[in-house]
Amino acid sequence: MHIEIPYNVRPRPDTGLYNAKLGIWLFLASEVMLFGALFSSLILLRSGVPHWPHGRDEGLNIPLATVNTLVLIISSVTVVLAWANLRLGDLKKARLFLGATLLCALGFMVIKTIEYTDKFHHHHFPSTNNFYAIYFTLTGLHGLHVLGGMIVFAYFIGPGSKMWATEPARFTNRIEVCGLYWHFVDLVWIFLFPVLYLL
Amino acid sequence: MASPRRQIRVGKQWLYAGDAEKALREAIRVREEEEREHGGHHEPFLRKYVFSTDHKWIGIQYGITALCFLLFGFSLMLLMRLQLAAPGKAWGILKVLGEGRAPGGVMLPEAYNQLGAMHGTIMVFLAIVPLAVGAFGNYLVPLMIGAPDMAFPKLNMASYWCYMPGGLIMLASFAVTGGTAASGWTSYPPLSDIATAGQTWWLVGMIFLITSSLLGSVNFLVTIIQLRAKGMTFMRLPFFVWAQFVTSFLLLLAFPPLEAAGVLQLMDRVAHTSFFLPSGLIISGTQATAMGWNGGGNPILWQHLFWFLAHPEVYVLILPAMGIVGEIIANNTRKPLWGYKSLVGAVIFLGFMSFVVWAHHMFLTGMGTVISAFFQTTTMIISIPSVIILTAMLMSLWGASMRFNTPMLFAITFLPMFGIGGLTGLPLGLAATDIHLHDTYYVIGHFHYVVAPGTIFAMFAGIYFWFPKITGKQMNEFWGKVHFWGSLVCINGVFFPMFYQGLAGISRRLYDGGDQYAHAHPALHSNVFISVSAWTLFVFQIPFIINFFASMIWGKKVGANPWHATTLEWAATTSPPLAHGNFAIVPSVFRGPYEYSNPEYAEADFWPQHQAEGAVPEPAAPGGGMLSHGAAAQQEH
Amino acid sequence: MTEHHDAAEEHEHVHTHDDSPEAVAKEVRKYLVVFFALACLTGITVAIAYQHFEPPVAIAAALIVASIKAFLVAGYFMHLLSERKLIYAVLAITVFFFAMLIWGPWNHHYDYFGR
Repeated sequence: MHIEIPYNVRPRPDTGLYNAKLGIWLFLASEVMLFGALFSSLILLRSGVPHWPHGRDEGLNIPLATVNTLVLIISSVTVVLAWANLRLGDLKKARLFLGATLLCALGFMVIKTIEYTDKFHHHHFPSTNNFYAIYFTLTGLHGLHVLGGMIVFAYFIGPGSKMWATEPARFTNRIEVCGLYWHFVDLVWIFLFPVLYLL
Repeated sequence: MASPRRQIRVGKQWLYAGDAEKALREAIRVREEEEREHGGHHEPFLRKYVFSTDHKWIGIQYGITALCFLLFGFSLMLLMRLQLAAPGKAWGILKVLGEGRAPGGVMLPEAYNQLGAMHGTIMVFLAIVPLAVGAFGNYLVPLMIGAPDMAFPKLNMASYWCYMPGGLIMLASFAVTGGTAASGWTSYPPLSDIATAGQTWWLVGMIFLITSSLLGSVNFLVTIIQLRAKGMTFMRLPFFVWAQFVTSFLLLLAFPPLEAAGVLQLMDRVAHTSFFLPSGLIISGTQATAMGWNGGGNPILWQHLFWFLAHPEVYVLILPAMGIVGEIIANNTRKPLWGYKSLVGAVIFLGFMSFVVWAHHMFLTGMGTVISAFFQTTTMIISIPSVIILTAMLMSLWGASMRFNTPMLFAITFLPMFGIGGLTGLPLGLAATDIHLHDTYYVIGHFHYVVAPGTIFAMFAGIYFWFPKITGKQMNEFWGKVHFWGSLVCINGVFFPMFYQGLAGISRRLYDGGDQYAHAHPALHSNVFISVSAWTLFVFQIPFIINFFASMIWGKKVGANPWHATTLEWAATTSPPLAHGNFAIVPSVFRGPYEYSNPEYAEADFWPQHQAEGAVPEPAAPGGGMLSHGAAAQQEH
Repeated sequence: MTEHHDAAEEHEHVHTHDDSPEAVAKEVRKYLVVFFALACLTGITVAIAYQHFEPPVAIAAALIVASIKAFLVAGYFMHLLSERKLIYAVLAITVFFFAMLIWGPWNHHYDYFGR
């Protein structure tokens, strides 16, 4: 069965968008509300207690988290460079940049794992206090989003790249859409980092 | 305008000479091409019927599943009503709950709470929304806008297959040790935080359902924005599509906070965080800290996050129903809907306002005067668009040439029923009166009036109305009217006395219906009357269920457009085939959605949206539809 | 069954991005400049934190820097600055509801009966 859905590749004239791009922005809007709810919870919990621990006093590793911030920013650059190369018709370079993105994401998760195990080692669990509770929940949910992105990138470097041979424009669009998701993941971390670690 | 062109008869169709030949050749060519492409190739059963990506079949999947859940949620209420009519009495049928919940057929209070929580959850999340949005929305929206399918067919399939497991998890929670969720559909902490394992299942189920909703809403929004046919501007959309459009925005932006809240509550229950547990809590004599919870949390946080979704959720429950009622009223009054622009403006404003009223569910949490005043004001303001919509529909009846078929009966009745529901909401939206009425049976009466004789009646109307499109057969009119009159009388018998009970001060969620409180005694007798009405209401659903299935096999065969309607879904052939797109030739749209009884058009009392100037609507012959519309569309070019 | 597209539609092809090598090279240069800016701003964020300002000042400073970084990521990496009106509309609505979600619980906490 093959039903041709219009505006999958070329944009619809009056909106100027192709379907997946509109779709991903709508999805990202819902993600703003998801993380927004968690930030709102953090604000309420923090204003409800006389003493809220500072990240650095609780032993959160700021240098490591700073590295993580830079790692994510680098991964955002690599993914947009991958998309740029696809527009130039260079699949090989694009796959290299996607691979770099995946590597950065992996690095992020490794550093996160180091952080988490260090916390558990010092008997700091989500149940210890609400600071750790919201810390683990926010970074955990963010981490799940990183993981999801990694799976999608792995797919597009691997079996998904077969689409380049038959529908290069559509494949380029898909990488653009993945990139938008990935930049959002980076965006969330840009706010998470100061709010949890520095304030 | 040139004089009407010469028409020739082709089989049972009337086509324009010259174009007829072109259309026929085109249709034959397409069909032959199709044979070559798919020649002998059979789609596997799993791909075609289980993991279908065709919006029509997914709509049917949603519909059947949702109707099953509707019946199940209804039966939970029937069991509750037995207990309420005669608290503590042994009923044979209650033995189905098992010895743990109903020893010797006597319902335990814990069991009552479980039934209450799951009745609400199932009705809202597993029955009404999947039926209104997943079933009606999925099936009709692409057809009404002239699209071949949804924008993301595979995502559509994923959305159903998140809903189904979520529903099964909810059902499975009944079998868990300690029973299912029993903290109300609202799951307020601290009670829900410390509740039995069934609550965890509830939370996991909700995450599946919310994911399903999110995927679906993205699909609907992109489809409506991007896949409208040529000539289908936003202001030519049927009101039903506008309603689904706003509903999808509500689902998209309102659900995530509940997902977040669900995650937080799961963390509380599983990881022993204390997001919602305050310090110093004592649970059954034991300090919470001794049980692993360190405190410092805020139960009101849950309420904010929950109601941030749950208020827009109630508009999700009502908007598709208003859309359905609009379509049916326009069709059966043979005149355009009154105030189309007002309807569109009102529905957009309503959607927007629905996000800023949520704390009117929290007037009794000790809110200060400023924040309370804010939410009272926004709540009063939001009643305005509702009234505009209701008024426009009522005005649409004025001077109408009315047909009182079964869908129309349900649709017209929606108006006063929703009116009662809406008006009784006003004292709840004002904090001064809400102090007395909050958490009483008055609230139950209010919201059930909106959802039960409101939305569910609109769902019935929609089923009777679009049944011929989906199956090619019409449901039996006589039994439809029996279903209607019986349901109308009984449902008012169930919910109207509840206003009186609430005003008398009977709290909701009491397993004995208020029997333990002396002040409730003057109003207690209504419980018997309500329960009798509820069981009689069930009896009147039986003809509907039989009618529904029997008509599929033995119903009167009808053509593509038996109601003589103007919107695009009636241009597709009867029971559009799966996996073959919706229209033989992509339709173009030339006019608004409700051109009934237009004096400029003398050939019939309805002027279909897709019909080019000067054409005559074809007779409603069985199986007809595609060729003549193809001819008409081709004329344009 | 494939749909037959209107011949007229084919001519209305809209180019949202110029895919010529020069245009892409220019964009790549922009991305690298933005990356450099983001790296610097990250350093600034950490430096501000170690100044031990009063909480209101520290919070304001951190959020302002984060917002600038977010603007750069959204504006250039997500090319929001050259995006369509429809996307702006969706985001504007979202930002408003996000603000309500942040305001509601917090305001309730401070505007409490008896306080």
